[in-house]
Amino acid sequence: MSHEPTPPAPPARGDALYHPHRTLRRLAGPLFGVACFVATLTGVVVLSVLLGSVIARVLQGAPGHAWYDVTGNVRRLFAFLAEVIGRKQSSDPLAAGFKMGVIGSLWLLGLVAVFAIPVGVGAAVFLEEYAPAGRLKRIIQTNIANLAGVPSIVYGILGLALFVRAFGFKALALGPSLWAGSLTLSLLILPVIVIATQEALRTVPPSLRQAALALGATRWQMVRDHVLPAALPGILTGTILGLSRAIGETAPLLMVGAAGSILRAPKGPSDRYTALPVEIYNYAKEADARFQTVAAAGILLLLILLLSMNATAIVIRNRYARQRSS
Amino acid sequence: MTTAPTTTPAAPPEDPHWAGPSRFLALQEHAVTAFLFVCAAITVLTTAGIVLVLSVETLEFFHVSKVGVFDFLFGTVLRPEGDPPLFGVLPLAWGTFVVAAGSSVIALPIGLLSAIYLSEYAPRRLRAVLKPALELLAGIPTIVYGYLALLLVTPVLKAVFEPLGLQVETFNALSACVVVGVMIIPMVSSLSEDVLSAVPRGLREAAYGLGATKFEVSTRVVLPAGLSGVVASFILAVSRAIGETMAVVLAAGMRPQITLNPLTQIETMTTYIVAVTGGEASYGSPKYLSLFAVGMSLFAVTLTLNVLSGLVLRRYREVYH
Repeated sequence: MSHEPTPPAPPARGDALYHPHRTLRRLAGPLFGVACFVATLTGVVVLSVLLGSVIARVLQGAPGHAWYDVTGNVRRLFAFLAEVIGRKQSSDPLAAGFKMGVIGSLWLLGLVAVFAIPVGVGAAVFLEEYAPAGRLKRIIQTNIANLAGVPSIVYGILGLALFVRAFGFKALALGPSLWAGSLTLSLLILPVIVIATQEALRTVPPSLRQAALALGATRWQMVRDHVLPAALPGILTGTILGLSRAIGETAPLLMVGAAGSILRAPKGPSDRYTALPVEIYNYAKEADARFQTVAAAGILLLLILLLSMNATAIVIRNRYARQRSS
Repeated sequence: MTTAPTTTPAAPPEDPHWAGPSRFLALQEHAVTAFLFVCAAITVLTTAGIVLVLSVETLEFFHVSKVGVFDFLFGTVLRPEGDPPLFGVLPLAWGTFVVAAGSSVIALPIGLLSAIYLSEYAPRRLRAVLKPALELLAGIPTIVYGYLALLLVTPVLKAVFEPLGLQVETFNALSACVVVGVMIIPMVSSLSEDVLSAVPRGLREAAYGLGATKFEVSTRVVLPAGLSGVVASFILAVSRAIGETMAVVLAAGMRPQITLNPLTQIETMTTYIVAVTGGEASYGSPKYLSLFAVGMSLFAVTLTLNVLSGLVLRRYREVYH
């Protein structure tokens, strides 16, 4: 009997280097996908839980309808919100409201817009259109990026020492007035506006600038008549986002003296004031549970204010986009 | 930057339509340039102002209170009302660390997974809905999150832990960790998502061509390629958690202590600053000035983290052509 040499084993399957782990791989993919999806949903879930619980809490202040009576509840909700807007601050939870806070916040909004928008847009235009590339520009740019990450309470400290007290120089000190509050908030949102405006300016095609300059426009004429209008939707969006950040800030206002109890509306920027989020904070930390309902109503007011600002930003952007394309 | 020429066109010598260079326009040009420069300078002055205010008042604090820098940085007891008053910053640093660590445990994995989902898995239309929703979450004022901690998180914690025989205080560190964690999720996810989406398609397609599954492409190709951005977003989120004020004020309470029990009150640096301004401390007293020293520490920590984040992003970025 002659032994024939055994044929070489087929390669592949038993190869030490070939471990397909098919089942594992087939399982891991979908599992990971589901995990990612669930993680993404947490955000949305949190958002709805947040809104739901706040609305539920507000409705506790206006009982009388079953939960499934949607229209009745919505009407109650808005009636209660309107009531709360009309009332001043009070130590009685049934008479407490946000009138002075809303007025103060609107004052702040207006003043911050006046201070922060020109300076923010100006700084961005300087960086994008005027500053020569080099060390100066790099320093300013890095500085703005770092400012954007400074905690808001540090701005509060700055405002306290610089605007409210002016390092102890009585003549320059603004005191806990609307001036101090709005200047502090303006510094706080400046980086947001600058960065948004810069991004908007970068989307303007260079050919537009070259065409303007070639026709003999000065640099400012080019910026004013061509670059800024073209970048306006982006600038507006960024500006409104910055302003909505200012409206929601609480910590710096607590530092620069937005007072707890203000019963008269400020008549001018040098009067004392309070703001909506500050009042929410004051109510929320009360031990009496009925104040929680008032605080919830305030939060709803704040969110409505922010949402309408953001909606305005979107509408402006869309309208402009259509005009320019037609 | 534009590549536009900087010289104004010279006038042709004998052109009757050319009125000559306008002095008004030249003046306007100078004025506008100066104004814009001042605007840009204000941003630099803000930083200078912050540094100046913090350092001057911090020196004043050490001078007035006679507290040594070493005692401040490594003191484990904070008792500004005591006799003698003790100003150890460590209890505040510990509270801040607990909140930052706890919220990172929640936010970093969730944020990263949602970034991967948005950039790799999500169908385009779902993504168009989810991304704005996450951005909306980022725009909610922090006071709202603080209120949510009181209204929702703490009662839930009480319902969970009290049957187990654990005492849950109304203000506790855990609820602060939860709400701050939720708050910084959008930060992690949107920054990471930007980086992951920017990884070129060719890289993914090459991996698919070699037989990789979607899971493998996401975790072994896309994630390593975008790692610098992901790490940078983590650092930024931690820095944000450290500087967070209102959510912590309403959730975590105001008792400076070094404890491992997350169900009791703690105090963070930010909370202390708010507590001092809200309190009765008179201007110039050691307690009042200690606010600036704590603020200085806070500013130093967050600035370091932000700079670090920028460095990571620049230094370790994979550049594709």
